[in-house]
Amino acid sequence: MAEPDVSQRSLLDHALGWRWALPLFALLLALPLITPLIGGDFYLGLAARILIFALAATSLNLILGFGGLVSFGHAAFVGVGAYTAGVLLQSGVTSAWVLWPAAMLVSALFAALIGAISLRTRGVYFIMITLAFAQMLYYLALSTKAYGGDDGLSLAARGTLGGGLELANERTFYWTTLALVTLALLFVWRLLNARFGHALQAMRENEARMEAVGFAVYGHRLAAFVIAGALAGLAGALLASLGGFVSPSMMQWGQSGLLMVMVILGGVGHLWGGVIGAVVFLLLEEVLSHYTIYWQFALGAALLAVVLAAPNGLMSLFKRKEQP
Amino acid sequence: MTGIFILEQALNGLQFGLMLFLLAAGLTLVFGIMDMINLAHGSLYMVGAYLVAAATTASGSFWIGLAAGVAGAALFGVLLELTVLRRLYTRDHLSQVLGTFAILLMCNEAVRFIWGSQPVLLSPPDSLSGPVELLSGFYYPAYRLLIIGVGLLVALGLWLLITRTRIGMQLRAGASNREMALAMGVPVRALFTALFGLGAALCAVAGGLLGPLLAVQVGMGESILILAFVVIVIGGIGSVRGALLGALLVGVVDTAGRALIPLLFGAVLGPAAADNAGPAVASILIYVLMAAVLFFKPRGLFPAHG
Repeated sequence: MAEPDVSQRSLLDHALGWRWALPLFALLLALPLITPLIGGDFYLGLAARILIFALAATSLNLILGFGGLVSFGHAAFVGVGAYTAGVLLQSGVTSAWVLWPAAMLVSALFAALIGAISLRTRGVYFIMITLAFAQMLYYLALSTKAYGGDDGLSLAARGTLGGGLELANERTFYWTTLALVTLALLFVWRLLNARFGHALQAMRENEARMEAVGFAVYGHRLAAFVIAGALAGLAGALLASLGGFVSPSMMQWGQSGLLMVMVILGGVGHLWGGVIGAVVFLLLEEVLSHYTIYWQFALGAALLAVVLAAPNGLMSLFKRKEQP
Repeated sequence: MTGIFILEQALNGLQFGLMLFLLAAGLTLVFGIMDMINLAHGSLYMVGAYLVAAATTASGSFWIGLAAGVAGAALFGVLLELTVLRRLYTRDHLSQVLGTFAILLMCNEAVRFIWGSQPVLLSPPDSLSGPVELLSGFYYPAYRLLIIGVGLLVALGLWLLITRTRIGMQLRAGASNREMALAMGVPVRALFTALFGLGAALCAVAGGLLGPLLAVQVGMGESILILAFVVIVIGGIGSVRGALLGALLVGVVDTAGRALIPLLFGAVLGPAAADNAGPAVASILIYVLMAAVLFFKPRGLFPAHG
């Protein structure tokens, strides 16, 4: 009898799946060398967009899937990050080493404020109160004429990395995005398998029991909420750089709903759920809109089929081996 | 002058609130009794408005169009329940969100396919197109008065249905304790289907009546859906009385905010600030209202569950 793999014995542990994660990473790394053969920069931009949404959806999955907190206002943090980067770029700050941490910090601050109030409620009321705060920020962005109001803010530059690296170069931007998203995913993976992640998941399963054995439920959840906000802020800053444009519609409730749909589609509480959801959703959108102008109907039908056929998202189709 | 202005805004608020109530009533019952989050509720409102517009054009009469559109929307709601939604009742909230979001996308695209993406024109009946003199010197559009009248009638009918009939009793029993109602032999499946048809019909009434005031276009359901959710959370999920009060509160606060806040800002901060911040602050107002209600009454004004 072989020894059971000690690192994988708990249901609260989440395997990264090196066997297919590494080849996938290698493929993504080589993508800029392949895209000139099939159509050029368009596919590189699409790939960068998918990566950024994968990051945003993964950050939402951290609180929604692993924390069990259905936040209906996650796009607000993406938008706050985007606006932070946009406003800094407009006022002449171009170093990405300032832009990204600033976006993460400001988003984390907003998440701390909103989370501190929202986490006092439960269930449907948590959904609605996070929605309420996100809508407030949306209308705030609409009304700040200094930064474009409802027209949004066009950005002249993407920022610089230093050392002669310009983010305006599509390849540089793509590789940078890939590096950041990979780092963020590794961070979430380590976080979930650490004591903090186990506690967060256990609180989702049984809040009262965790409280009783002495865990600070509110504190853990607030910390997770802030981390998710910061990661969403980073996604927002990258999205602003990619499109060269920031607009209030990034924070509208439909965007929060979209992120939620991606996570549910991929698999709530699966490490790769947010990534798979973002990739499948955006690729479906891209492919279907090539074939028919009524692509939303096909997209809706596909989503409905997933709901009826794969109750816990696409990742649930791959059964975990260690599960009894 | 200011008295008349306030009266006019109050009537506008009442009218908007009553229409919100028609949407929220169905939503709160579906949510409270079936424990189902239905994002496609706004689509029923949109489909209803389009059906009313199409039937009005075909028949030439607004009233026949309204009746036919409402009947068609009720049928659509029943079919939707029988084919798809009934499979989602036993699933968790997140699956319901994904499933009904899919239906929302499909409804939008189907409507765009049939009627095109241009807004469809729906005009009120000629006899009601003029204003009515309510007080000496105070004119109010007759059509808006009609909306208020119909809204009040429907609210009264709903109240009678829920408090005075057997079906209403079963609905209330289901809303306050679903398991117990099941155990006591309430015919749940048939009740749910009927409830969905009723909710769709109420949506179509609101869509058809608001059609001449707002644009009948793709996506009209999404913006009002969120307002309807705000209403039912303020009122307490599953409570029709709460939905009525919440809807009137949201309607009046929203209308008054849009009318008064730009004036207030204009007087205090100058016209530039009023133009910039006025509309945004007015839009934020109802969310502040919801946050405040949840702070003091975490389960809404009239919690339905025991």
